[in-house]
Amino acid sequence: MINQVVLPAQHGTSASGSIYNKKSRISDTILLVLIYLCASISILVLIGIMGYVFVRGIPAISLSFLTTVPSTIKGTFGIVGNIVNTLYIVVITLLIATPLGVGAAIYLNEYAKGGKIVRIIEFTTETLAGIPSIIFGLFGYVFFGITLGLGYSILTGALTLAIMVLPLITRTTQEALKTVPASYRSGALGIGATKWYMIRTILLPSAMPGILTGIILAIGRIVGESAALLFTAGSGYLLPKDFFGKIFESGGTLTIQLYLCMQKAKYSEAFGIAVVLLVIVLAINGLAKFLSHKFNTEVK
Amino acid sequence: MQPKTYSIFGGHGSKSGIERAAEIIFTICGFFAVLAVASISLYMLISGTPALFKVGILDILFGTTWMPDAATPGFGILYVILTSIVGTALAILIGVPIGVMTAVFLAEVAPPGLTRLVRPAVELLAGIPSVIYGLLGILVLNPLMYKLELKIFAGSTTHQFTGGANLISAVLVLALMILPTVINISETALRSVPQHLRSASLALGGTQIQTIFHVVIPAAKSGIITAVVLGTGRAIGEAMAISLVSGSSVNIPLPFNSVRFLTTAIVSEMSYSSGLHKQVLFTIGLVLFAFIMIINVSLNSLLKKGGAQHD
Amino acid sequence: MNTNTVKISSSNLNLYYGTNHALKDVNLELYTNKITAFIGPSGCGKSTYLKTLNRMNDLVPNVKIEGEVLLDGENIYDQRVDTTLLRKKIGMVFQQPNPFPMSIYDNVAYGPRIHGIKHKAELDDIVEKSLKGAALWDEVSSRLKKSALGLSGGQQQRLCIARALAVEPEVLLMDEPTSALDPISTLKIEDLMDELKEKYTVAIVTHNMQQATRIADHTAFFLVGEVVEYAPTTELFTVPKDKRTEDYITGRFG
Repeated sequence: MINQVVLPAQHGTSASGSIYNKKSRISDTILLVLIYLCASISILVLIGIMGYVFVRGIPAISLSFLTTVPSTIKGTFGIVGNIVNTLYIVVITLLIATPLGVGAAIYLNEYAKGGKIVRIIEFTTETLAGIPSIIFGLFGYVFFGITLGLGYSILTGALTLAIMVLPLITRTTQEALKTVPASYRSGALGIGATKWYMIRTILLPSAMPGILTGIILAIGRIVGESAALLFTAGSGYLLPKDFFGKIFESGGTLTIQLYLCMQKAKYSEAFGIAVVLLVIVLAINGLAKFLSHKFNTEVK
Repeated sequence: MQPKTYSIFGGHGSKSGIERAAEIIFTICGFFAVLAVASISLYMLISGTPALFKVGILDILFGTTWMPDAATPGFGILYVILTSIVGTALAILIGVPIGVMTAVFLAEVAPPGLTRLVRPAVELLAGIPSVIYGLLGILVLNPLMYKLELKIFAGSTTHQFTGGANLISAVLVLALMILPTVINISETALRSVPQHLRSASLALGGTQIQTIFHVVIPAAKSGIITAVVLGTGRAIGEAMAISLVSGSSVNIPLPFNSVRFLTTAIVSEMSYSSGLHKQVLFTIGLVLFAFIMIINVSLNSLLKKGGAQHD
Repeated sequence: MNTNTVKISSSNLNLYYGTNHALKDVNLELYTNKITAFIGPSGCGKSTYLKTLNRMNDLVPNVKIEGEVLLDGENIYDQRVDTTLLRKKIGMVFQQPNPFPMSIYDNVAYGPRIHGIKHKAELDDIVEKSLKGAALWDEVSSRLKKSALGLSGGQQQRLCIARALAVEPEVLLMDEPTSALDPISTLKIEDLMDELKEKYTVAIVTHNMQQATRIADHTAFFLVGEVVEYAPTTELFTVPKDKRTEDYITGRFG
């Protein structure tokens, strides 16, 4: 019965002692300090890299730096040629890789019947993603450059990079397709639409932001790439004389020019290019964030 | 007059024309990755093996004399292979603890506001082109290493001074470059550890730190190992960031030696090599490719195992 | 036995999740070596109240707690309190069995290890005693090194009880410990609880009124964050004083 309550004495009646005994464990403190230390290293290094590049690079940037090509006669050093080359390579690479990557994702998600084939394709896609760019460079040099006779050219570089960014586009597209609700598909098929019609009118539009995110990430990868381009696209730095003919000429991107500047110890120019690259990377990151955010909120 | 009706068998020809074409095109796209990997493997083999037989497999893989331009050239790449292995291992040893701890910070310790700020920054770190890492390596790390070198080897008559372009510089650059990979993947793995395991540990009187190190990290083990494997792949395959930072001669991978990695040997010698020298460079590429394939296959089996565990 | 020694008492306990007033002036006493059951419709605050007793609610963001909870006369919300010592004294078993992804042995030894016991012989001893205490020893003694995830749901829950016992708590909090289990496993755990109360003070949240009548000495009925009625179990179920209690136990709402 409740009325026979016995209240315990005020303190320390328990056999195992008081709970008022706050103490910190040394091992906990050490580990916590270690966690904070490592996190600060990571964060400070990042800030350091950005800061250093901007401080050293911004003075190198001028109108002539951005609008001329290197010329000993005129005494100019500019990167407009490399900017144009980079644009060429980005556009051509994406023209090749996007349809292939999106198509592969559609096959994997909508057509393949599962099982072994899908596993093989997904494994090779992962493998392709894990191959270092220097290997792509060697392959592109031998296959596109020598076997197909394209030599050092923008086309050789773009074909090489197209294989390199293919897994990225396939994977992001696959993710995007997976988030399209099954009811959309059955809804369209249920009213008698053919599969291709359904893909064209329902699936691709709904997955578009996801696909765009993949393309933007691919642009980032292409702009930052160097090892795969050194032996494929070469190091040309002049402006194109002929819009389409340029595709078959050698053309070094910004990263290649940066590397060459480094080799020649032209550090201030190198930092100038580094700033341009960082700005592009920042913009691409921001854009990808914005898109995937928009995509996520739309799905919800 | 008969009403116009449709047979469900009708329109077969017109409908399936486009339908079949679409299916075939998508299937080809699907198999393109397989084709790409197959042809890369094939071409690496075709271009990498001739030198193996011309020089001799043992002489190349285990030879220690690298004098491609001498009258009686030596094509031993043992030191190059060792440099890649040692350099990658050291980069992992430095980068992984820092990366995992940073991931723990982001996933378990940091206030959400700070995480929201730091995570995009880490993603940015992953997007910085590798040549920029190289540039900073040359201008920041190498001078520091040179100072250290002058102090340590002051008065030494046997040491070849490198100006700071040495193994340590390259290892530090690589460690930094694998950080984003390790942080991102480990953080995802830590976050996917179910909350109820943390509750169980805390309810037993475990502190937050004990919970993290005795329950959360072990439970996220397979994800963290994946991060390490991917980091290894990134480190062993990196070329441009370290090609000028690591020095320019083939040597035993000791901290203050100027060294050549598998990747940097290809980058720096390809442009002027010819004949057998060039073929040997492709053999180096083949060795690198073999390493990468081993990493890929082990990653794949690891992920399979991890997936099976969760089912 | 009809003396009741107070083990835990809460007075004027209020809890807010942000602006949601989840517990309103809760005054309750848990008695040593007795089983107290908390019943009520879902969302009534019974689980929330249980979690205030070992301060697991501290982990929820935006939570605010007012009032005091005394454990042997010491306020567990005092600034001086070491929550790890508190939780060592007040063990908890959760609704879903949540063994760690480790061996059976390591699960039980986890608590003693984090509290500093390292000797193998001593740990062996604790593991055996705890598993026996949770009526699981006979079923698992031959496979202590096997993964705990290979056990059935009922075994996993008894393993979680053993894991809680291994740190030698004085109070055991159980949050609907049988709601995820089959009837046979449920009976096993109910039998076990009857034995446990000889050594521990037990509080159990249950949505199953029959379970409360079978095992609890005292029962508290919660409704929208308030304790409507608290009485010896037989009294509460046979002669409820409050109309709302009567409505609930006769199934007229809830």
